[in-house]
Amino acid sequence: MTNAHRIPGKGLLIDRSRPVRFAFDGREVEGFQGDTLASALLANGTRLMGRSFKYHRPRGAMTAGSEDPSSLVEILDGAQQTPNVRATVQEIYEGMQARSQNHVGPLNFDLLALNDLLAPFFSAGFYYKTFMWPRAFWEKLYEPLIRRAAGLGRLSGLHDESIYEKAWAHCDLLVIGAGPAGLMAALSAARAGADVIVVEEDVRLGGRLLADQPMVGGMAGPVWAEWAADELASLPNVRVMTRTTVTGAYDDGTYGALERVGLHRAPSDTLPRECFWRIVAKRAILTTGALERPIAHPDNDRPGVMLASGVTAHLAKWGVNPGRVVVFSNNDSGLQTARNLTAQGVEIAAYVDPRPVSVLEDFPVYANAQVTGTRGRLGLRDVAIRHAGGTSMIEARTLALAGGWNPTLHLACHRNGRPTWDDSIAAFVPTPGMVPGLSVAGAARGRFSTAACLADGAAVAAEALSDLGLTARPADVPDAEDTPYAIAPFWAVEAGGRAWLDFANDVTTKDVKLAAQEGYSSVEHMKRYTTQGMAPDQGKSSNVAALAVLAEATGQGIPATGTTTYRPPYVPISIAALGAGGRAEGFAPQRLLTSDAQTRSMGAPMIEAGLWYRPSYFPQGGETSWRAACDREVGQVRNAVGVCDVSTLGKIDVQGPDAARFLDFIYTNTMSTLPLGRVRYGLMLREDGFVMDDGTCARIGDQQFVVTTTTAGAGQVMRHMDFIHQAFCAGWDVRMVSVTEGWAQFAVAGPKARDLLAALGITADLPFMGCADIALGGVQARLFRISFSGEEGYEIAVPTRYGAALFAQLVSAAEALGGCAYGMEALNVLRVEKGFITHAEIHGRVTAGDVGLGKMVSAKKDCIGKGASLRPGLVEEGREQLVGLMPVNQGEVLSAGAHLYNESDPAKREHNQGYVTSVAPSPTLGCWLGIGFLKNGRARHGEVIRLVDGLRGLSVLVEVCNPVFFDPDGGRMRG
Amino acid sequence: MADLISQPALTGLPVTLGRATVAALDPGRVTSIAPYPGRDLSTALAPLRFPAPGEVVSNGSIRLVWAGREMAFLLGAPAPDLTGLAAVTDQSDGWVWVSLEGDDAAAVLARLSPLDLRPASFAPGTAARSTLNHLPALIIRTSETRFELASFRSMAGTLKEELHHAMQAVAARAAL
Repeated sequence: MTNAHRIPGKGLLIDRSRPVRFAFDGREVEGFQGDTLASALLANGTRLMGRSFKYHRPRGAMTAGSEDPSSLVEILDGAQQTPNVRATVQEIYEGMQARSQNHVGPLNFDLLALNDLLAPFFSAGFYYKTFMWPRAFWEKLYEPLIRRAAGLGRLSGLHDESIYEKAWAHCDLLVIGAGPAGLMAALSAARAGADVIVVEEDVRLGGRLLADQPMVGGMAGPVWAEWAADELASLPNVRVMTRTTVTGAYDDGTYGALERVGLHRAPSDTLPRECFWRIVAKRAILTTGALERPIAHPDNDRPGVMLASGVTAHLAKWGVNPGRVVVFSNNDSGLQTARNLTAQGVEIAAYVDPRPVSVLEDFPVYANAQVTGTRGRLGLRDVAIRHAGGTSMIEARTLALAGGWNPTLHLACHRNGRPTWDDSIAAFVPTPGMVPGLSVAGAARGRFSTAACLADGAAVAAEALSDLGLTARPADVPDAEDTPYAIAPFWAVEAGGRAWLDFANDVTTKDVKLAAQEGYSSVEHMKRYTTQGMAPDQGKSSNVAALAVLAEATGQGIPATGTTTYRPPYVPISIAALGAGGRAEGFAPQRLLTSDAQTRSMGAPMIEAGLWYRPSYFPQGGETSWRAACDREVGQVRNAVGVCDVSTLGKIDVQGPDAARFLDFIYTNTMSTLPLGRVRYGLMLREDGFVMDDGTCARIGDQQFVVTTTTAGAGQVMRHMDFIHQAFCAGWDVRMVSVTEGWAQFAVAGPKARDLLAALGITADLPFMGCADIALGGVQARLFRISFSGEEGYEIAVPTRYGAALFAQLVSAAEALGGCAYGMEALNVLRVEKGFITHAEIHGRVTAGDVGLGKMVSAKKDCIGKGASLRPGLVEEGREQLVGLMPVNQGEVLSAGAHLYNESDPAKREHNQGYVTSVAPSPTLGCWLGIGFLKNGRARHGEVIRLVDGLRGLSVLVEVCNPVFFDPDGGRMRG
Repeated sequence: MADLISQPALTGLPVTLGRATVAALDPGRVTSIAPYPGRDLSTALAPLRFPAPGEVVSNGSIRLVWAGREMAFLLGAPAPDLTGLAAVTDQSDGWVWVSLEGDDAAAVLARLSPLDLRPASFAPGTAARSTLNHLPALIIRTSETRFELASFRSMAGTLKEELHHAMQAVAARAAL
């Protein structure tokens, strides 16, 4: 029967009038609106939800929250497949498809359950000891096999194209967790006028008030929580974020938080699945409560074995009837749970307590007793209890474990703080001040009664408000239960058999003891040897118990044993949420040229350079390869005229009475002597003396220069100038600002360049390396006579808004003259033919001397990097120098990245003579050309050496030559 | 003869999604003004004055907006003669401008910028240099519910995309 395991009238979060149908392992299940997958399955009698990581043991939900170690499932949304989702967190929606994971064959007959029978062989360290030989088998055979058998959920293998979101939030006070302490803290702060953000993992505020339902201020816990939530919602200075988990505490009051925005709804094209928040708070209060811990006893991992708090929460929030319950508890909170369950009509078959408790209850109490085992293949059937009178087997559907409470102090330890052991509650509590600006209140610091939580929330909020310069009103703390918490530490039952500590990674008490016995007695070593605490749940329910067992085995005691390191994230975060918006084209901004639309319409394939998209080549009819187009474009530039968008080059406007002095300081050569209306090629060094960038510098006013940089170097040069200015000459009268984006600039190159300009009405009577302001169709423009092709070349710059129009006119004018638009491939061939360098050559490890520009470092003045460039290693004989390379056999192909060797030497590292930085197929010279760096290269022109590219299998004899292959005297570009 | 037609940096605006609208914005002439050390610009700029960090100084439709270290953008009018006082550079074509307006404008911006957008921290009539996801940006708040955003002109398409994604997500949440 549908929903047969519900208690009528119970279930705060479900709406019984709204049934929701979903599928689990292909079988249709009906739950109610508000159910989690776990609660809906439990309400329908399904306790078995998956198989364990290592032994493939049947497992079900143990808790009712994000800490659950066992109930991992896959959620399928069309092609989307999200693995390792906790059934206790996933809310159901109509049509949801969930699938259990980590089994071969059906869930109830997992073929890999064989692993469980082989368990004696699979103890801690098994892999390390077993899969040692032969060595090569590890990567190829053992590891893939182990990974297949030991596992979690699977990914779809497809791109995750769903929507994710990242966002920022800022507040005065961040309250993390909205149980009694958090609600009280938030109310106090909100009433005092602070900007408050309240983050709650659950769908509703209240925390344990919802599950345990104590009386607060004369109201039932959930009623008071709702009243508090209503007040918070009504205040404009409060933002309440439910379904949100704070995942990490970072520097300067920054917290990461993951919000489940659309995961509980049918997939949407517009609604994000998750949002990763970065919350910046002046102060924060951690009120995350406490997590209950299990007790290790043989076979304590069957579906039906739960934590007592999980049983109560499932009953209170979703009306789940646990059936006959055995409670195994070492503390008064477990006893209280048994009483609460009884009061709600649940049959307690036995209350088992290792303490000598002497109480009279409405259910059988076994004092000085322990649970020593369970039975039931796919779900709990019987519980074995060892007591004074012997061992009894008691039939039960649920075994509720209550091993005490661990304050949820993880976030307080995220800055590598270590918590303090508190004997009175047998748990770690936060050490004050571990995260600056973060205080802890309530159960998260071991104050367990409802009254103590409420009072602590108000008190800690008052302190935080005082830090914020606000005054808390006298706290109006409601009355509530204030039961003392009595516990006798009891971690594990000694009864043979396997007693589970870490349910997520299948680690038992035996494994921990074995680790200690084999010398892994430090808690960090034990963790890594046994894998305890290394599963997706990060050992939330097992860490303390495991180190207690370790402490017992080593005799060190718990405080001396200490904890492992608490690291973010508190709950698993999908990479998709962390990288929200960064998939595909969202990875980086696209910088588009004004010529972009026309370029693409001309069929040019685009390549990305420094975020800019530039045309590779412009294919014309019949051209089937880049080579054909490139050869033609090079020919047209050399013989007629070509047009190329060069707006991507960085442009920096440098102004001021000290501008020339500043440029002399930045450049190796002198710019102060540059006459108005002239352009000079310049070289910049980094402070360490290596070449940083090259470009031109044009004097457009007495105190104004325009510096151009390479495309890739634009940002770096701007930053460099800013740094030099601020660090060394902040008092100078000079200012610079980027104008890269303000100008669309086009190169016009070729013997007919002047004719093309004339066709546009521009009289080009500039000398080589001259510049002038011109009027172009009524627009103020700039004309430069510079060349990167070796031909007579001009660059025309217009305000960006006119770029598209100018490009169109330049291209049609060029075509009328037998010319064309040319792309990056042709540009590269043209410059290699001329031996012009780019960042392929000035890659950060070469000096001005290496690239043959040593004479550009002026002897008459200082400049940035000059001193460092004179270090002995940078001026010594035998450095690799820029050379040209031509194949001895004209038809052979050269490749960039190849290395150079003497002809008689083997191609081995120790014989390396240099390397190739750029190559180009030159239609002008009829062969491939290369430029690169060769030891002592300038003295070796004419020598034949061997070029070897191990990656591409090339071995070519090349002749070393001058890197300026074409028109070495520069007659063509000077005109 | 060249005949040059001006092209806008962005097309396809305005776009409204949920309670936010992004629209193209023409700030008029944009000029960066960077005073040289120790210069007094008060006479030259009157009735405007050089803004303090984060400040927007207005006179009618003319605004002088802080735009970074020792720099302000003059919007809506040609720069006065500041020879010897400040570096003056035309920036009219270097930036793409949009307005983002509506009850959810701040929520949209919170998806893209790490700025603290609470009015007490980022008040109407102030400006900040920040980022919009990966884009460099100048952000001016003109009212509680209206912002002016400027980024590099070549990135206009990405700016529109980023805003669209953020607006879509905020609208989808609001529609729940």
